[in-house]
This record gives sequence, C-alpha cells and structure tokens, in this order.
Amino acid sequence: MKRFGFWYAVLTLLLTLLCVGIFSSCSSAGETQTLYVYNWGEYISDGSEDSLDVNRAFEEYYFQKYGKKVSVNYSTYSSNEDMYAKISSGAATYDVIVPSDYMIQRMVAEDMLAPLDLSKIPNYADIDDAFKGENVYYEDDTDNVYSVPYFYGMVGVIYNASIVAEDDAQIGSWELLWDTDYTGDILQFNNSRDAFGTALYYLGYDVNEATEAEWREALELLKRQKDVVQGYVMDEIFNKMKSGSAAVAAYYAGDFLSMYEDNEDLSFFYPKEGTNFYMDAMCIPNSSKNYDLALEYINFMCQEDVGVANAIYTYYASPLTTVRNSTEYQEAMMETHEGAMEILYGVDDEIPRQAYLNLSPERLTLLNDLWEELKVESSIGVGIKVACAVILGSLVVLVVANVIKKRRWAKLYD
Amino acid sequence: MKKRSVFERIAAAPHLLWSAIFIVAPLLFVIYFAFTDREGSFTFENILSLSSYSHTFVMSLGFSLIATTVCFLIGYPLAYCMARMSEKTRNVLLVLLMLPMWISLLIRTYSLMALLDNGGIVSTFLTRLGFQKLTFIGTDAAVILGMIYDFLPYMVLPIYTTMTKLDRRYLEAAADLGCNNRQTLFRVIFPLSMPGVISGITMVFVPSISTFYISQKLGGGSFDLIGDTIERQFKNAVTYHTGAAISLVMMILILISLAIMNKFSDSEEDIIV
Amino acid sequence: MKFLSKFYIGLIFLILYAPILVVIIFSFNASGSLSNFAGFSLYWYRELFRDGEALAALKNSLFLAVTSSCLATLIGTLAAFAISRSKNKYYKRTAESVSNIPMMNPDIVTGVSMMLLFVGVGAIIGLGDTLGMWTMLIAHTTFNLPYAILQILPRFRQMDKSLTEAALDLGCTPAQTFFRVELPYIMPGVISGLMMGFTLSLDDFVISHFVSSPDFKTLPLYIYNQTAHEVKFSMYALCTLMMVAILILLIAVNVAGSAGESRQRKKDRKLSGGSKVR
Repeated sequence: MKRFGFWYAVLTLLLTLLCVGIFSSCSSAGETQTLYVYNWGEYISDGSEDSLDVNRAFEEYYFQKYGKKVSVNYSTYSSNEDMYAKISSGAATYDVIVPSDYMIQRMVAEDMLAPLDLSKIPNYADIDDAFKGENVYYEDDTDNVYSVPYFYGMVGVIYNASIVAEDDAQIGSWELLWDTDYTGDILQFNNSRDAFGTALYYLGYDVNEATEAEWREALELLKRQKDVVQGYVMDEIFNKMKSGSAAVAAYYAGDFLSMYEDNEDLSFFYPKEGTNFYMDAMCIPNSSKNYDLALEYINFMCQEDVGVANAIYTYYASPLTTVRNSTEYQEAMMETHEGAMEILYGVDDEIPRQAYLNLSPERLTLLNDLWEELKVESSIGVGIKVACAVILGSLVVLVVANVIKKRRWAKLYD
Repeated sequence: MKKRSVFERIAAAPHLLWSAIFIVAPLLFVIYFAFTDREGSFTFENILSLSSYSHTFVMSLGFSLIATTVCFLIGYPLAYCMARMSEKTRNVLLVLLMLPMWISLLIRTYSLMALLDNGGIVSTFLTRLGFQKLTFIGTDAAVILGMIYDFLPYMVLPIYTTMTKLDRRYLEAAADLGCNNRQTLFRVIFPLSMPGVISGITMVFVPSISTFYISQKLGGGSFDLIGDTIERQFKNAVTYHTGAAISLVMMILILISLAIMNKFSDSEEDIIV
Repeated sequence: MKFLSKFYIGLIFLILYAPILVVIIFSFNASGSLSNFAGFSLYWYRELFRDGEALAALKNSLFLAVTSSCLATLIGTLAAFAISRSKNKYYKRTAESVSNIPMMNPDIVTGVSMMLLFVGVGAIIGLGDTLGMWTMLIAHTTFNLPYAILQILPRFRQMDKSLTEAALDLGCTPAQTFFRVELPYIMPGVISGLMMGFTLSLDDFVISHFVSSPDFKTLPLYIYNQTAHEVKFSMYALCTLMMVAILILLIAVNVAGSAGESRQRKKDRKLSGGSKVR
C-alpha cells in the first residue's frame, strides 16, 4: 500500500502543477495589458551586449507615466509577405507592425490599417520633412496618415574582400551576384519581391511596371543564378557573411555595417544599374485591440534616446532628425566604420534608385507563380540520381529474388 | 455487472470524442480544403495543379530513399555490433544512442551546419591541410547527410531492440547445424530482425520525406522538398488550398509506401518459416 | 573481429557526437566566432539568463509538457481501460486504428490539418485569432494520446481478469475496483505514458510551428526563430544546458530502472523461495 501512496503523491503533485500553471497564466493575463508588436528580426535594440532593452524600457516608461502595467509581446518576421500572410489569415492579431513601403500601400488599399491619430504622437514632428506629407510615396490616401517612418535605406552588394578579387568588385555591378568564379559563395534573398528585384535592376527594367515578358526574363536570369548561389536566405546572412561561409550577398546597407563590426574583410557598394530604396514604417492594423497603447508605443519609438539606441543597434538610417544630429550616434557610427554616415545618408546621386510599389493583383499572382517555379527548379547532382537508380534497381532485384526463392521452397514442400 | 458496462462506456467516451474532433475532423478539413477553391465551391484544380510539383515529389522521394538506405547500411551493422557487446557496455551505448534522439532536431541540424559550414571548422581544417576550398552547405548531398545524421538513431534503436530480444537458442541451433558466423547473420539473424528493420525504415523514411527544417538549413533553400512546399503554402503565402492538396497527396503516397513495405516484409517472413 | 566492431561503434558515435561537441565547446567561447576559440568564458550563459524571451519560452514549454501529458494520460488510461474490457469488436478496431493515425502520419500533415481545423472553425464561429495556448494544448494532447494508450494498454491486457472479478464479488463498486485494483496495477504504464508525453511535448517543433501564435512560444519555436535570424552564441549555451538536463534525466531514469529491476528480481527470488518452503 505504501507504494500506491507514492504514486498518488506523484499524480497529485503533477495535478497541482497543472492547476498552478493554468491559474498563473490566467491571472497574469487579467491584470496587465499586452501590446503585440510584430517587427522584422534584429530590428530593435533588445538589451543584448549592454544596449538599451527598448521593449522593457517602454514597459517601465508606461508604468511611470500612467501607473498601469503593460507587457510588450514582441515577435519577428523575416519578410513582408510572411507578415502579410499572418495578418490576413487572421491567425493572430497585432497592435504594431512595421511593413515596408509597398506593403503599406497594399494594406492601405485593402483597408487593413487604421489611420493614425497624430495628436497622440507629438514626436512625429521630429521626422525629417523628406519623409512626410507629399513625400510619402506609398500612401494613396491623402486625408489620413497610416504610418510613422521607422528606418529607411537602400539595398547594396556586400562582399568579402579577402575572397572576391578587387577587379570584380570595382565594376560595381549586380553582375557580381551572377559571377561563376564565386559559385557556392553567393547568397540571394529568400523573398520573391527582393529576389526578382535584383534581377530586374540588373536587367535595367522598371521593378514596378515591368511587362510579363520582362518578368519572365528575370526568372530565367534567376534560374541561371540557381547554379551559383549557395542558398536563399534572409537574416541567416549575418552569420554566413561574418563567418566567411559566403562571400557575396545583396542586402541592406545598415546590415553591412553591423556585419562589418565583426568582420572587417567585408566591403560594400551600391550597384551602378540602380537599386532599391525602401522605407519601413510603423502601422497599426485595423484588427488591433489596443489602439491607444499602440500610439503610445509608436511615439515612444520616436523619442531621441530610444531612436539613438535603435539606430546604433540596427545600423539603419533613421528618419528622425534628432537622431541624425545626435553626437552620441555619430560617434558610435564613425567608430564602427569611417564611412558609415556616408553610406547611410550621403548616397551618390549617380546611382538610380527606385522604391517598390504595390503590384496589381495580376502581377502579384504572376510573381507568386514565378517564385514557385524558381523554387521548384533544382538541379540534382548526377551522383544522387545514380544512387537513386542503384537503390531502386537493387530493391527490385531483391523482391524478384525473394519471389523466386519462395516459389522454389513451395515446390520443394510439395 | 451491468453497472460495470456503463462505467466502461463512460470511460470510452472522452477518447472517442477527442479522436473524432481532433484527429478525424482535421483530416476531413484537409480533404475539404484540397477539393475547394477560395469561394468554397468544389474543384479539382488544386489536385491538377500539383503536376507542376512533380519534380518536388520525385526529388523528395529520391532523397529520403537514399537517406533511408544509407541509414540502414550504417545502422544495421551498428545495431549488430552493439548487440554483441557485454551487457554493461550495451547499457552505456544505449544511453549514448538515445541521447541524440532526445536532443531537439533543430539543435542537431543546426550544430551539424555549424560544423560543416563553408567557413566552419571542418572546412577551415581542410583548407589548412592544403585541400581546395569546398562548398558543402547548399548542396543536395548536404540535405541527404542531414537526414542521415538526424534520423540514424531511429534506425538503430528498433533493430537493436529486436536483436537483443532474439532467442539465443536459434543462434545456437544454427551453429550446431553447421552455420558459420556469416551464414548465421544472413540466414537467421537478419530474417528474425526484420520487424525491427521495418519499423526502423518507417521511422527514417516518414520524417525524412516530410522534413523542411533540414532542407532549409543545410540545403540553403535551393532544394525544395515536399515539406518546404507545404510549409511555404501555409506560412508565407496564404494558399491553404494548394497546401492541403499537397499534404493529402503526400499522406496517400506515404500510406502506399508503407503498405508496399509491409507486403514485402510479409513475404520475407514466409521464407524463414 | 571484436576490435573491428569496437572501432566501428566508436567511429559512428564519434560522427554522431562531433557536431554536438562543437556546440558545447563553443558555448564557452569568449568571442562570438566559430572560426577561432578565443578562450574560456561563461559570457554567453550570462547573456542567456538575461534573455527574458528564452526564459518565458522555457516556462511555456514546461507548462505545456506537464498539462498535455497529464491530460493525454488521463484520457488514454480511460480509453485503454475501455478498449481492453470492451467486447465490441468494431469499437476496439476503430479506437485502435484511429489512435494510430497521428503516429503514422508525418508531423507536418498532423500540424497542417490541425491548423486548418482551428483556423476553419475560427472563421466559422467568427473569432479572429484562434491560435494560441489552447490550440497548442489541444495539439500536444492529441499527439501524446496514442503514445499514452500504447504504454497503458499492454498493462491492462496483461492483468489477470480474475482480480477485477474478485474485487467486484467482494462488493467493490466499479469505480472502487478501478481505483483500488486496476489503477495500481497499471501504474507503471501510466508513469511511462506520462514521461513519454512529457518528453514528446517538450521536443515537438513541427506541429507547434503550425498551431502556435507569437504570444505563446515554446522553447523549440524560440530556437527556430533564433536560427532564422542572426544566431548568437547564447543559443549554443541554451543547447548545452538542455543536453546536460537530458543527460541527467536519462541517467536517472536508467539508474532508477535498473534499481527497480534488481528490487523486482529480489522480490521474485523471495517469492519463489517462499513457495519452495511451502
């Protein structure tokens, strides 16, 4: 009987654990408000390596200002399309999201974003005029403002100078991403818009108005590239470029600086054929349940100290004038890379730049189909095919041999 | 006694209810989505559009076939060697074999990538020895190696278990009847360990044909297996209907493979009897 | 021959463990680079414990593992009882084959099908976001259920039916019989079902990947998110800690198992000795 007592003790213990678990999860949800923030990966100062933990700082700031507890639930995505899929499927609701320009345009058109009450965001005044009012090329509704700029930048080519020959890099062209000398060392974007973007810029086509034939030409180019690329990646690029496991990649200028901090062999250029200009901005989805709290959060993100912390952490170009003029920020940038401010803010006017705009539904379907076509395409080594054939062949031989053997035995028993 | 049967019925209810709602109903949802379009009307379009994925299906099948075969070729001798060790060593080896099975697949795949990455330890070592720089991540071989590495313990464990449970008297009888070691292995041990082999093959084949993490990390996104395609339909693009159709076809494909294999194993057992 | 087989075992285990060892060694690396070992430090472990997200994920994982394995074992015990006692052939066959489905199906299909169920039902009821803690709990319970039944059913089958009958004859109600006679007998099965469910749930990534929402992340989901971005070495530290925990658990189970076995053997010996005297 003693033994049963022990098992019951174990069971009761587990059951109490269960109850405590449910209870604690319920009670914690009741008291504090939760703000759901959905942002790009590595796009906020998160407290690692002695930086400011912005989300925790907001929780403290809010508690001190209003005496109410709030907890920030922060999660990340790695492409606009992922984020869009999540929001539109209704699988989850968020309060603050940070889409890029063309995605904002699409979401405004599809009535997925809530107009912002700018009187609740006093820090909006600090945003550079170049990104306000008329200059907001991605919002078609002139009566309302749906987004507050977060970071902006341009796409360029990052390469490892210890692997890539100086002559090849000097050309300053997208060509480097197709260079067969660096087979297996090249990384391409793992999202349809940016990957096709590199091909379209290379070909010199308009990324927004390209005809179907031009899109198909881009697809052919990307298919050709499939043999030389090591992989299709997004933020994994950091580790790969830093460790030198890949040598050439197209990525955002700010990320180059962040990689350069760990690997000084890296170098960067804006391709001469033209490249992508983008703006990522904070928005509130229509489905948000914490509109006012979200506004408070957006305003907090535009504070000078928070902006500086984020800009130093992410290395992207900040649209906040207060940040750009901060000496703390400028010193931190110069310390990382002498030309940092030049790369981020003083871009050579000779390089054509074009932002992505929302594509028509037909173009979007085409882009999706082409992307699927590219993904499905893969060249398998001869060795693999031979191995497959050998295995299949020997399987057939085994089965046949077994059947024959069985028959023979059967005959013997007869 | 009547009360007893009432109690039995009540005991059966939660399981039946749960299975109906959370096992059967989801599968019906998959079938429903596979045969409808966005407006909810019946269509064969999703299934028919899968012809563009035929390459993916063939490639996944080929990769997992190779992975399963190599796992078997490595795993069977390993299980055999392990089973012949003394009991104490065997217990230690068993813990060592089970430890990787308990470590998250993500961690194991990632650590393999850390080891084999182009600037990683192995490649640095090889280049220092004077070998030419070799790219490994992002190749088809890397994906297959990942599958083998991740699922090898699942092959060894069931084979090892059937081998240790094997009746020693069979082996003694075989020896008495004049079999040498090799003959005993092929004529007695192998057929008797067939159930273990079958479950080992299942446990390697099914996860490797449906994986997406391995091909994402080690294949660098260039080798789209069925798992990747399904994952993309549900997580990136909101094309649930195509995704459901692919899942359905994959499920049927696996069921057919398992059925064929079971048939094969039946005939195998007949021989020994 | 003996040497050859030892060599072979050693080689395979070396290959099996090489990547894991790399992770363990580099989790102590003072620098953040895989290509050189800058010196021993616990820096990344400190970083890990400062990461609130990882700790929250760990808490979620443990909570989910405990609740789902308990729930699955509860339902599984009742089901195993009903299956083993029922005389209805059809019920037996359907119950067993239905509970086989999640084991036969690849995880991704199970995950996708449950996601479709949750999102579909959510759309029908009109709820925006159905995914979250509850869907995770349901999904984990569902895939634990067959394993729980698999562990418990054999114990019921082995049990001598006359024990139950004796209890009933001696005036126990069916419920009393169940709790006093049958439950103690199947307890080892229940315990191993619980443990199996616990580890399966702790380890699951694929199914959780589809039915989770960002506000309820488990440890594997957190790891997946981390590996999709820039991987910090605190990840390696996390992996090392998990491996150590698993190793300790495995050894504990093994030691306890062998101790239990020897105790059992002693008992058996005593019993057989007793019968001889008689």
